[in-house]
Amino acid sequence: MTISRLLLGAATLAVTAGAAMAETSDKRIALSNNYAGNSWRQAMLQTFEEVGGQAVSDGVVAAADAYTTSENQATEQAAQIQNMILQGYDAIILNAASPTALNGAVEEACNAGVTVVSFDGIVTAPCAWRIAVDFKAMGREQVDYLADRLPEGGNLLEIRGLAGVFVDDEIHAGIEDGVAAHDKFTIAGSVNGDWAQEVAQKAVAGILPSLPEIVGVVTQGGDGYGAAEAFKAAGRDMPLIVLGNRQDEMAWWAEQRDANGYETMSLSIAPGVASLAFWVAQQILDGQEVPKDLVVPFLKVTQDTLDEALESTPEGSVANTVYTLDDAKAVIAEAK
Amino acid sequence: MTLFARYRILLPVLSLAILLAATFYMQPRAMSYFGVNLLFNLAVPIALATIAQMCIIMVNDIDLSLGAFVSLVACVVATFLNDTPLLGLVILLALVLAYAALGAVIHALDLPAIVVTLGMSFVWGGLALFILPSPGGSSPDWLRTLMTVKPPFVPMAVVASVLIAGITHLLFIRSGLGTVLRGVGGNARSVARAGWPVIRLKALAYGCAGLFGVLAGMALVGLTTSADANIALRYTLLSIAGVILGGGEFTGGKVSPVGAVIGALTLTLAASFLSFLRLSPDWQIGAQGAILILVLTARLLFTRRDAQA
Repeated sequence: MTISRLLLGAATLAVTAGAAMAETSDKRIALSNNYAGNSWRQAMLQTFEEVGGQAVSDGVVAAADAYTTSENQATEQAAQIQNMILQGYDAIILNAASPTALNGAVEEACNAGVTVVSFDGIVTAPCAWRIAVDFKAMGREQVDYLADRLPEGGNLLEIRGLAGVFVDDEIHAGIEDGVAAHDKFTIAGSVNGDWAQEVAQKAVAGILPSLPEIVGVVTQGGDGYGAAEAFKAAGRDMPLIVLGNRQDEMAWWAEQRDANGYETMSLSIAPGVASLAFWVAQQILDGQEVPKDLVVPFLKVTQDTLDEALESTPEGSVANTVYTLDDAKAVIAEAK
Repeated sequence: MTLFARYRILLPVLSLAILLAATFYMQPRAMSYFGVNLLFNLAVPIALATIAQMCIIMVNDIDLSLGAFVSLVACVVATFLNDTPLLGLVILLALVLAYAALGAVIHALDLPAIVVTLGMSFVWGGLALFILPSPGGSSPDWLRTLMTVKPPFVPMAVVASVLIAGITHLLFIRSGLGTVLRGVGGNARSVARAGWPVIRLKALAYGCAGLFGVLAGMALVGLTTSADANIALRYTLLSIAGVILGGGEFTGGKVSPVGAVIGALTLTLAASFLSFLRLSPDWQIGAQGAILILVLTARLLFTRRDAQA
C-alpha cells in the first residue's frame, strides 16, 4: 500500500512536471506595432496573427493580440504600451517607432512585471530584450559574395537607401568594410534609391553615363529591379546585382535566369521576425534564461531556392519565412 | 436652462467623467492608483502643450509650430540640460524669448500667425534634427524623479493636472494682467485705446506659450527618459483640439485654462478607450474625430438653446 501510494505520488509528480512544460498556457502576449503602411509590415502582422492564433488554439498561450497605433508616433505608442500594462498582458512584443522615446513606457512595463521583447525597431531600455538586425553584416555579406563570384574584381555601383536613416548608414558601413577587405573592388558611384524601384531606376539612369564599366551592384533591398531596368534602358551589360527579396526583383531574376543563365543572390530580413519575437517572449515567460541581445538571421534566397521563394511570395510583397519554436531556441542558444 | 452657458466648464467636465466611467467599466484594472497614473501620465505634457496653445489662441492667433517646438525642447533637455545644465537652461530661456519675439514680430508687421508659425515649425524641426540627428540623449535624473514621483493617495498625473489647472487659472483668469491679455483677443483696439502697449502684451502671450511649451518638452522627456526629433509632432493638433474641447473659442479671447487641461485629459483618455475597445487602427483616428465632433455638437446645441431662452 505504501508502495502504491508512492507510485501514485510519483505519477502526480510526473503529471505536474508535464503541466510545467506548458507553463505559459495562461499567459497573454500582445504585439505593439507602430506602422502598417507597407507590404513588409502587412506581411509581419499576418505572420504574427497566424503564429499567434495557432499558439492560442494549441493552448501554448492564452492570447496573442496585435495592436497597431493609428499614427506612426512615439508618444502614441508609449500610451499604447501603458494601456497594454493595464490590460494585464504578461508580455509585450514591440516594433518600436523610436529606439529611445519609448523607454519610459517600457520601464513602466518592466516595473509592472511585464516582459518586453523588441524586434526590428528595437528599444534601448536595459530591461527589454532586443532581437536586432545586423545590417552591417548584410552590407558586408554582399561584397563577400561578389568577391566570390568575380575573382578579378572591378567597379561597383552602390545604391543606398533613404539618407539620414540609421539602416542606410549601417548597411553602407558594412559595404565599406567589405570593399576595404576585398581591395580589388572600387565603388565607382553611389546613388540614393530610397528603397524604392522607381527612385532607384531614375537615380541609376542619371549616374550611368558618367560611369566606367560596372561589374556589380550592391543594394539595400527594394532597389534592385529599378537598377536592372536602368542598365537595360542604357543598353549596357547587365552587372551582377545583389537583390533584396522583393517579389518583382525575384521575378526579374527568374526571367533572366531562364533567358541567359543569370546568377545572383538575394538577402533581406523576413517580416516573419515577428513570429521569432513571439516565440522568444514565450520562452522567457516559460522561465528560460534568454540573453537580452539576440540577432535575427537573414533570409537568403539563392539560385537553388529562387523558384520556391518566388512561388510563396505574393505579388508586390517580400519573401517571408515563419519562425518556429525550434528556430527561436536555436537563436537563443547561439547568443548564449 | 442656462446652466451650460453660465458654467462653460460643465460640458468638458461631463465629457471627461462619462469617458472615465466607460473606461473603468471596460477595464476595471485601470481603477487604481497605478492604473490612473498609467492612463494619464502621458497627458501631463499634452496638458502643458494645450496651455501653451491656449496662450496663443487667447490673442486670436493659432500656433502650428507647437509640436515641432516641444520636440526641439525635448531634444535640448535630453542633451544640453542633462550634460551642461547651465547651457541647457540658457538655451531654453532663449527659446522662450524667441517665442516672445515671434509674437512681437507677428503683431508689428501684421503677419498672419498661421503662416509664420507654420514656417517656424520647419525651423524648430531642423534645429531639433541638428541637435539630435538620431534618437537618443537621456533625461536629467531630477526630471525623471519628478515625473515618476509617487505622492501618497493621489497619483502624480492627477496632482500635476490639478496644479497646472490651478496655477494657470490664477495666472490667466484671476490676475489683472491675464484679464488684459484675454482682452487683446476680445478687442485689441480698445485695449490699445485704454493705453496698453498691445505689442508687449502679444509678446507676453507668446512668451507664455513658449514657457509652457518648454515645460511640456521637459515633462515629456521626464516620462520617456530620452528624446527624438519627431517625438511630439502630434502635439500641434492635439493641443488645438484640447483648447476647443475644453470650452475655448478660436476668437474673442474666450479661453479656459481648467477646460484646456480637462480637454487634454479627455483626448488622451479617448485614445486609450478606443484601444481598450480593440477598435481597428484604421477606425481609431476617425473615432477620435467623432468623439470631438460629438462634444462640440453638444456644446453648440446647448449654447443655441440657451441663447433662445
